[in-house]
Amino acid sequence: MQALLQTLTENWPMLATGIWETLAMTLISAFFAYLIGLPLGVLMIVTGKDGIHPMRTLHAVLGSIINIGRSIPFIILMLALFPVTRAIVGTSIGYKAAIVSLVVGAAPFIARLVETSLAEIDPGVVEAARTMGATDAQIIYKVLLPEALPSLVRGGSITTIMLVGYTAMAGAVGSGGLGAIAIRYGYYRYQPDLMYIPIVIIVILVQLIQWFFNLTAKALDKRNK
Amino acid sequence: MIQIENLTKVFEAKDEVVALQGINLQVNKGDIFGVIGMSGAGKSTLLRCIALLEQPSEGRVIVDGVELSSVKGRALIELRKSIGVIFQGYHLLMQRTVAQNVAFPLELNRMPRAQIHRRVSELLELVGLSGKADAYPSQLSGGQKQRVAIARALANNPKMLLCDEPTSALDSFTTKSILELLRSINRDLGVTIIIITHEIGVVRAICNRVAVINEGVFVEQGDTKEILDTPQSGITKLLLGIGGDN
Repeated sequence: MQALLQTLTENWPMLATGIWETLAMTLISAFFAYLIGLPLGVLMIVTGKDGIHPMRTLHAVLGSIINIGRSIPFIILMLALFPVTRAIVGTSIGYKAAIVSLVVGAAPFIARLVETSLAEIDPGVVEAARTMGATDAQIIYKVLLPEALPSLVRGGSITTIMLVGYTAMAGAVGSGGLGAIAIRYGYYRYQPDLMYIPIVIIVILVQLIQWFFNLTAKALDKRNK
Repeated sequence: MIQIENLTKVFEAKDEVVALQGINLQVNKGDIFGVIGMSGAGKSTLLRCIALLEQPSEGRVIVDGVELSSVKGRALIELRKSIGVIFQGYHLLMQRTVAQNVAFPLELNRMPRAQIHRRVSELLELVGLSGKADAYPSQLSGGQKQRVAIARALANNPKMLLCDEPTSALDSFTTKSILELLRSINRDLGVTIIIITHEIGVVRAICNRVAVINEGVFVEQGDTKEILDTPQSGITKLLLGIGGDN
């Protein structure tokens, strides 16, 4: 215990940077992944067979793209995207470089989560809005998204926590963050303390993220007031 | 006001389902018109055709001289605003307050906020829910939810209110109060009402005219008193509880 604490204090500047990089990677990539995944998920629901604007071909094409994106293991996706990453960020190492593949990896996953959240909305409510003269756009902005908000927020916790895990994986192939520390020092340099400390910090981060999202979803949901 | 000519609706599923066949109907301004039938008789499909939620396979639905199936795009949206609809399941927005639910159709029209506020207060007073403006639907009883739905359906001053089994999920006491509300809306605001129901009591209580539907066809229609006093078809007798002999 004494030794562990000593390792912690001695390496604190490095660990603090690791925490910062992990959080930055997670939040920045979550933001950009939602920028892609949210509209994609909405489009899937809208163009579906029972959607407000069925479009069979587009729906099938988008569905395939999402499935392909989701079936590539993240670690392989990262390696395969190195040229793309280099073109966008200028380098394929460091935490900023990891964001590109994190976004690509998470967006299709988010699209499916959003699709699931929106599918929970009672079709009768959409139909009622239709009888009141709502346009497709108004149904999306005033019915589907607001009614699904608590569920979308719960989905946000799943995405964010998954991204924390992905950032640790990205550490294996040259990104930064807590995962990189655990692999570089704990694994390659045989310093088990520096493996355990980042793991504990990641566990705490995940707990905090879950707690934050749960509270937010609960505060937003008006169904059980 | 509403004229339906030879309306037929066929659903193209695995097997063809004929939901409505050769329906003819005339609803006059100021009527409270009942359509009664067992479940699966086609009465909800009929309502959905009038509410512009389904396209007829054949025949015509004419409202105030306008044939519904000829209306497209922007005009269709405007036409929908002139027809209010309420449902058995209320279909309220669960994440909005009572006042925000009633404001919804007004927001769709981009009415200015102050004006929305005034109109919502008016409507909530009309349905007797002024004290519940800031409550959420999950905090309301079934009867209160239906009152919110009625206020919402009336927001754009429709000339016609379509009611799909409006009281079927409610107890008899609440049913009575909702029917009284509908009657006063008909009388005081001059709104023509069509009620789809399987309860003969609803027809007896407020409908001046009624059509009995079975397996997609009207078996009889006319003045409520006449139909209820001298039922001709077996189905009508069954609905009246004097069946068993058909």
